[in-house]
Amino acid sequence: MGKPGPMNRESPLRHFGVLEWLGILAILSGAVGPVSLLGLWSFTHAWFWPDLLPREWSLRAWSYLFSPDAGVGEALATSLFIALLVAFLALFIAWPAARVVAGAWFRGKRALLFLLLLPIIAPPLASTMGMHALFLRFGLADTLVGVVLAHLVPSVPYATMVLTGSFSRFEIGFEEQARTLGASRLQVWRHVTVPAMRPGMAVAAAFAFLISWSQYLTTLIIGGGRVQTLPLTLVAFQRSGDEAVAAALSLIFLAPAVIILLVVGRLMITVNRKDDQ
Amino acid sequence: MLGPALGVVGGLFVGGVGVALAQSLGMLSPIGEVGPSWQHYLAILSAREFRVSLGWTIWLAGVATMIAAVMGLALALALRRLAKRSGLVNLVLQIPLAIPHLAMAVFLMTTLGPGGLLARLVYQVGLIGVAGDFPEMINDRWGVGIVLAYLLKELPFVTIMLLALLAREGRELEEQAQVLGASPWQRLRYVLLPILAPAALSSSLMVFAFIVGAYETPYLLGQTWPALLPVLAQQRYMDADLAQRPGAIAMAVILSFLTTLLVWLYLKVAERWSGAERPLLF
Repeated sequence: MGKPGPMNRESPLRHFGVLEWLGILAILSGAVGPVSLLGLWSFTHAWFWPDLLPREWSLRAWSYLFSPDAGVGEALATSLFIALLVAFLALFIAWPAARVVAGAWFRGKRALLFLLLLPIIAPPLASTMGMHALFLRFGLADTLVGVVLAHLVPSVPYATMVLTGSFSRFEIGFEEQARTLGASRLQVWRHVTVPAMRPGMAVAAAFAFLISWSQYLTTLIIGGGRVQTLPLTLVAFQRSGDEAVAAALSLIFLAPAVIILLVVGRLMITVNRKDDQ
Repeated sequence: MLGPALGVVGGLFVGGVGVALAQSLGMLSPIGEVGPSWQHYLAILSAREFRVSLGWTIWLAGVATMIAAVMGLALALALRRLAKRSGLVNLVLQIPLAIPHLAMAVFLMTTLGPGGLLARLVYQVGLIGVAGDFPEMINDRWGVGIVLAYLLKELPFVTIMLLALLAREGRELEEQAQVLGASPWQRLRYVLLPILAPAALSSSLMVFAFIVGAYETPYLLGQTWPALLPVLAQQRYMDADLAQRPGAIAMAVILSFLTTLLVWLYLKVAERWSGAERPLLF
């Protein structure tokens, strides 16, 4: 949008039919509704039936969440630590695999793709229960390490898929050219490969982070309640029935996802535009 | 090169499923059974609780998927011109996708619950007299809250998949049809829908497979009985009575088997439709 040209000179809004307006309304309310209404709830105080708006607004829920006895700070730190570690590890593990998958066809590639797709779509229940039995035997159950391993299961395939996309657009020949021109392996990596792959790496890491960040069931089973992440705390507050606190915590929980999306979304748009040219 | 990734997916995921399978067959047992035997499968299959829960899960996933597919088709068609002009449409559609299921569930509870915003609105308008008259939509008999939660998340997903396809293939064909004198209805029937049908089918399979196995949404928004299968399995697994575990794991294995079948179907559809060696993902 925005570029003046023969297509855009007229206001595009005039051409919209009823259906388009309905569609715009639908997607805007889907995007804005949850966040704004959760925001509204989080500031309510003394909101008696059947008032449409509360009699009083207050920061009670927020100040409670940030107080030490709520335990939210620890959960937040645990969640952040796990998710960052998972993003970092997933990137490392997925990188070489994505290079292979983006390359030439080979025997067994179809099976490999199927294998990579499964943890993304198949429910985590059975695999997590099995992992739990394994981890119990090796002393990894109820530990941070165990939870990180469990979060890697859906994150690595995701990161592999994203990086595969980037590698298949990446001209491997550039690396060879740089090598024949005398660049060392490290130089090729630093000046050729990484700059070309940077958007893909950012998207892959962001996805892996978000997958780990929003895990509930795997953390519950493998962490056994000992590893208290943000989603576990959120469910506990929701169960306790304090809706203002649950709403505020939901906002903290969804904030990284939406922020990352807005950043990464722009990145993906620029990546796609480059492809179109 | 593939080693580390295969270690995670093969070792942890496939290994995990393998151990789960063994335990559901009474092997590697924490309570000292010696399998293999089908007894846990026979036991849950003969229990009414499991059968009702399985049927309820498939029904609810089917309903949510159908609504998401039909509305997604309508939304993609309505927004196709706008989406071509502006990447913002995709960005806006992705916001609900980014919101974690748990947060979405909390949103629905505060909005549709008995004292929620919608109930207040309906009361103020005069449609109901007392709070109790507001129909239950959360933890309700019909799974309304669950279906709505999934719609908020999956409808944008289906729409994005369809819009991506329309952006690639729709425009030229549609214009050609227009030039050749096809009416809007004819363009929809003979051009757009045939382009979209395979993508609608494959994304529906993904949505269905996801809903069948997902835990958080029905855990918060569902009723206690009948519970959706993942919730039932997890409840049994966490039971203090360890003898419940193999049965719970057997349920999880059945769920995995079901969804694996659906993923395989998805790949078949996706391959056929794109003709590419690599299936289209997200």
